[in-house]
Amino acid sequence: MTGTEDGRRVVTTPAARQAIAALAARGGPVMFVLSGGCCGGTAPMCFRQGEFITGAGDLLLAEIGRCPFYVDVRLYQAWGEPVLTLDVEPGFPEGFSLPAGDGMHFVVRGQPAQCPAPGSEGPASRA
Amino acid sequence: MRYTPPGQPGSIVSVQTHYENFIGGKWLPPASGKYRVDLSPATAAPICEVPHSSPEDVEHALDAAHAAAPAWGEASAAHRAEVLNAVADAIEAHREELAVAESWENGKPVRETLAADIPLAADHFRYFAAAARARESTTTEIDSQTIAYHFHEPLGVVGQIIPFNFPLLMAAWKLAPALAAGNASVLKPASPTPWSILKLAEVIGEILPPGVLNIVNGPGGEIGKALATSPRIAKVAFTGETVTGRLIMQYAAQNIIPVTLELGGKSPNIFFADVMTADDEFLDKAVEGLVLYAFNKGEVCTCPSRALIQESMYDEFMARCLDRIAAIRQGDPMDTETMIGPQVSAQQLEKVSSYVDIGRAEGAEVLTGGHRAHMEGEFADGYFYEPTVLKGHNKMRVFQEEIFGPVLAVTTFSDEAEALSIANDTLYGLGAGVWTRDGSQAFRMGRAIKAGRVWINCYHQYPAGAAFGGYKVSGIGRETHQMMLDHYSQTKNLLVSYDPKAMGFF
Repeated sequence: MTGTEDGRRVVTTPAARQAIAALAARGGPVMFVLSGGCCGGTAPMCFRQGEFITGAGDLLLAEIGRCPFYVDVRLYQAWGEPVLTLDVEPGFPEGFSLPAGDGMHFVVRGQPAQCPAPGSEGPASRA
Repeated sequence: MRYTPPGQPGSIVSVQTHYENFIGGKWLPPASGKYRVDLSPATAAPICEVPHSSPEDVEHALDAAHAAAPAWGEASAAHRAEVLNAVADAIEAHREELAVAESWENGKPVRETLAADIPLAADHFRYFAAAARARESTTTEIDSQTIAYHFHEPLGVVGQIIPFNFPLLMAAWKLAPALAAGNASVLKPASPTPWSILKLAEVIGEILPPGVLNIVNGPGGEIGKALATSPRIAKVAFTGETVTGRLIMQYAAQNIIPVTLELGGKSPNIFFADVMTADDEFLDKAVEGLVLYAFNKGEVCTCPSRALIQESMYDEFMARCLDRIAAIRQGDPMDTETMIGPQVSAQQLEKVSSYVDIGRAEGAEVLTGGHRAHMEGEFADGYFYEPTVLKGHNKMRVFQEEIFGPVLAVTTFSDEAEALSIANDTLYGLGAGVWTRDGSQAFRMGRAIKAGRVWINCYHQYPAGAAFGGYKVSGIGRETHQMMLDHYSQTKNLLVSYDPKAMGFF
């Protein structure tokens, strides 16, 4: 498993931390589950803690304060196990996610970690 | 030609300053009195205001649906079919208005809504009207004097949550079978596209008995959840991403009700070298087949977003495809010559852009595009992204996750076995394409790819009558086929003995 130098796999921006604190102050701690697939995929869904039932296939990627951040382990592996940055941006929350404040939603950004090429070929061979 | 955008002088589409929820055949304001602005992605300018509803409005809609469901469910199949055919007629009669409204709200070019979305929406109502009439109950002769009768009964009131990418067609996919099977629906449109479906309700609302169709707009976390958790629905249908799909199953488990889910894909589109053995109509069709990744600006669950090309023809075939991509006309969705419009929202644009950056960082080669597309004049603030092709390999993240934009990830394969291996190396299993002149190969590949829909020598066709749905994490259920009637029906078995004799146990 990869991570930042201090081993973190989810980095939060100040704006994200502020939004999480505001949500927690209003209704208790929240949880995040990273989604994939159609339409609103690749979005960190934010729920009240315990709202989403996690299973053996869900990896606890990080604890942000008291808020767990989960991802489907198959999805995370398929993505090459990147370090994710949790941030907020203007826009609708996806699916049933809580907003990150008025008119804002949570987003993730992530640079790939190590992306193994199949066989001996480099990723950009044979243009 | 160019259609005048909705709300502007001379447009065929009228726009009110604000809209209400459609509940019980009436236009009802949200209980909270709150509204929000709906934007056009082409200009980032407001279209109108739509309700920002609360769970109370969902309850009102459920009241109306429950009031309507018994009579609608008991109506003859012939009567329901007559109503659904009238709905189809009305959609067709208002084809241009609905196409223009949907294009302006979603950003998809009007050539697509005129030719596909709206005519298909009408046809799905006709198909399910016909299917419901032709549907037969079954009897089983258990023995000469014992008969099992199986009757279809409606579930009652169903919840339907639809996506933003085909606001009217996805509504039709879900409503047509639900209503044909005798159910009443409470439908929640996607947050980025709340308005065009209200224009549809203006067209079809008075044809349906009040309460059979109810539309409530508002945030998913409040009203989507209120609908999906309600003990007053008998089934929930959803199209969207995987976490909400799981959450809906979780809520359904608490009420022990069925779900159907369509959760997206990362569909492979496989081109075998024999497509280039002749320079003919079929080759031309195959080139278009690759470029279909840009259809609906890539905002399609089955977007053929992974092109697998046999390496012996890669250079020549890709050169033709890149020429065709370079000829894509991007811009004003109201212009019938436009082939690709803006992404549906600023956040989708941001997501697409971010993925292309990830692809670059992973070492993918940008063969074309790769930037936000800058438009002139009134479209300068629109959410346009260039049709993009990234060359890389299947382990890259841009090959593994649904980008939902006009971004194609392309790679090569040496033989059929490798093509199949790459095609199936994904969490998803919704769609796939196979292009070959060898019918046996097409059949082998079609059966071996783990996806619910494999297009052979075509792509992006969605006719009523062909079952559509996912393998693996792509979902549960099959839409656009009469088998969907079963997903919206209860089975009543009457087990009848015509034998006067006692069983003899007591």
